[in-house]
Amino acid sequence: MGKLTWIFHGVLPNLSSFTSFQSVIYLLPIFVFLYAITPKKAKKYYLLIASYVFYFLVNGGMLIYLLVSTFLMHYFAIWIERLKGQMNETLKQAEKEEKKAVKKKYVRYQRGVLVLAVLIHIGALVVLKYTGFFITNINRIIAATGSSTVIAIPKFLVPLGISFFSLQALSYILDVYRGITKADDNILRLALFLGFFPQIVEGPICRYNQTAEQLWNAKPVTSENLTFGLQRILFGMIKKIVIADRLNGLVGVIFSGYAGLDGGTIALGAIFYTIQLYMDFSGVMDIVLGLAQIIGVQFPENFERPFFSKSISEFWKRWHITLGTWFRDYIFYPVTTSGSMKKLTASARKKIGNHYGPLIAGSIALFSVWICNGLWHGADWNYIFFGMYHFVLILLGNLIAPIVRVVNKKLKINPENFFYHAMQVVRTSILVVVGELFFRAEGLTNGFRMFGKIFTDLTFSSLNSDLLVKGGIDYLDFIIIGITLLGVFVVSILNEKKISVRELQTRPAKGALVLQWSVIFVLAMFLVIFGAYGVGYAEVHPMYAQF
Amino acid sequence: MDQLLEILEDINPDIDYATCENLIDGHYLDSLSIISLIAELEDAFDITIPAAEIIPANFNSAKAMMAMIERLQED
Repeated sequence: MGKLTWIFHGVLPNLSSFTSFQSVIYLLPIFVFLYAITPKKAKKYYLLIASYVFYFLVNGGMLIYLLVSTFLMHYFAIWIERLKGQMNETLKQAEKEEKKAVKKKYVRYQRGVLVLAVLIHIGALVVLKYTGFFITNINRIIAATGSSTVIAIPKFLVPLGISFFSLQALSYILDVYRGITKADDNILRLALFLGFFPQIVEGPICRYNQTAEQLWNAKPVTSENLTFGLQRILFGMIKKIVIADRLNGLVGVIFSGYAGLDGGTIALGAIFYTIQLYMDFSGVMDIVLGLAQIIGVQFPENFERPFFSKSISEFWKRWHITLGTWFRDYIFYPVTTSGSMKKLTASARKKIGNHYGPLIAGSIALFSVWICNGLWHGADWNYIFFGMYHFVLILLGNLIAPIVRVVNKKLKINPENFFYHAMQVVRTSILVVVGELFFRAEGLTNGFRMFGKIFTDLTFSSLNSDLLVKGGIDYLDFIIIGITLLGVFVVSILNEKKISVRELQTRPAKGALVLQWSVIFVLAMFLVIFGAYGVGYAEVHPMYAQF
Repeated sequence: MDQLLEILEDINPDIDYATCENLIDGHYLDSLSIISLIAELEDAFDITIPAAEIIPANFNSAKAMMAMIERLQED
């Protein structure tokens, strides 16, 4: 037992995040090798066992939450499916005039089961994630009345990836209810879909009919999938470990000690944080998608070069895509297509035209989406503000779009013009950075103070060597970050122009494989030499895993 | 089909609906256009379009929309 404890103590710190350099170096080859030698029919079981072992090592007993969640969703979905079957049987035998009443009765039953399943899941999520937030605010209200009563805040352990696998579980039951997918009678297939380990930490958030079958029928490792999967993993690790982790210390120092810093430094801090978040989150997604490719599974992309967006609305179609489409499919469209909203849209279109008519119902739905988006990220006012900030920007964009078109026409401005396009991209990026400042700030009040300082004290005198020493970063680090960002930028430009870096590597008639493995070697060497790991660097967990 | 094309042209006249096959994936129709379109289609064809039907495959072309409408009319 003593030895086992020792092993766990030795392994756990490294496993605390699967993107830590050590974890990937040790575990990836072992995982892939064992996967490759597992017989084809047993690969799915290997994936499920490996996922649960990983979850247990990282999150211990919290695995029980994932198991209960899987178990409940499995049986709720089967219950709905049975009700559908019973409805169809009864409809076949029913007289024509009875059919409507029969359908209504069974749809009501199905909706009841759905509501129960959704409430249990959202209820658990709300209790675990938001109790502290609610009680803190109730305490504030009590304190404002002059009372000295303070309600104690219970501390809950939050299961790893709860915000991600809960959305997958909800989409599964909703899709069964809507008839998009059939309830799976195999609980193990559902378990693998919900618990697949690299994905459970921070997505991408998949749909049952997208990935469940792919994972269940995971393919043997091919040379092509191995080389390109490895390349993507290394590219993602470079984004995270060379760029994001290197900026972590400085960003932390600026956001926690902003009171003693000037506005220019704070503005740079917000830019550094935005770069850190993008490189961290999209880097981890590259690792997850690369690993999935090795086992022949194609996950949906979560990022499509968001910083090339011309508007905030476009930004959100390119950033954390699977969260955006989840909100679109399960909140935005259901709200806008509800009976009262459809009537509102039809009458408003006749009165105020094609653009502004649907905007009324659209805004109500958009508001619901952004409140949920803010709260999904966490229980704090700055996340709610972050959601509302983007809601207002998208709404304003929609309101002024027709006016901008008229002005451009009158002034003979071509929106396809390079400089106009560049100006839109820069404007969008600035708006995103402002949003991220509030997102990262330690509380909403601090966010406003930081934002205010940018306007009242726009100097850079506090950006000195003292600050850099505190942030654990020096000039050489900035050169490494700059060069690596340039590399990422070149790849992004190529992808934006629909030039596939992978396809380029398959072109040579001779030596394509040597070229591909040389790329892997160069990426690996770059990571080993320039990665911000080891002595002097704190290990940085995937940033989105906390949400 | 003519009735459908008339509705589509009323929503956005700048698109060639007879040939375009990526109305959603090509970002020709945005979410606001979809909201208008659903309200109009339901009214004109006496159907109910549930949220589950709002997927790119059903709205990428006029032909796909017509197929969805006919299917919903049969239900």
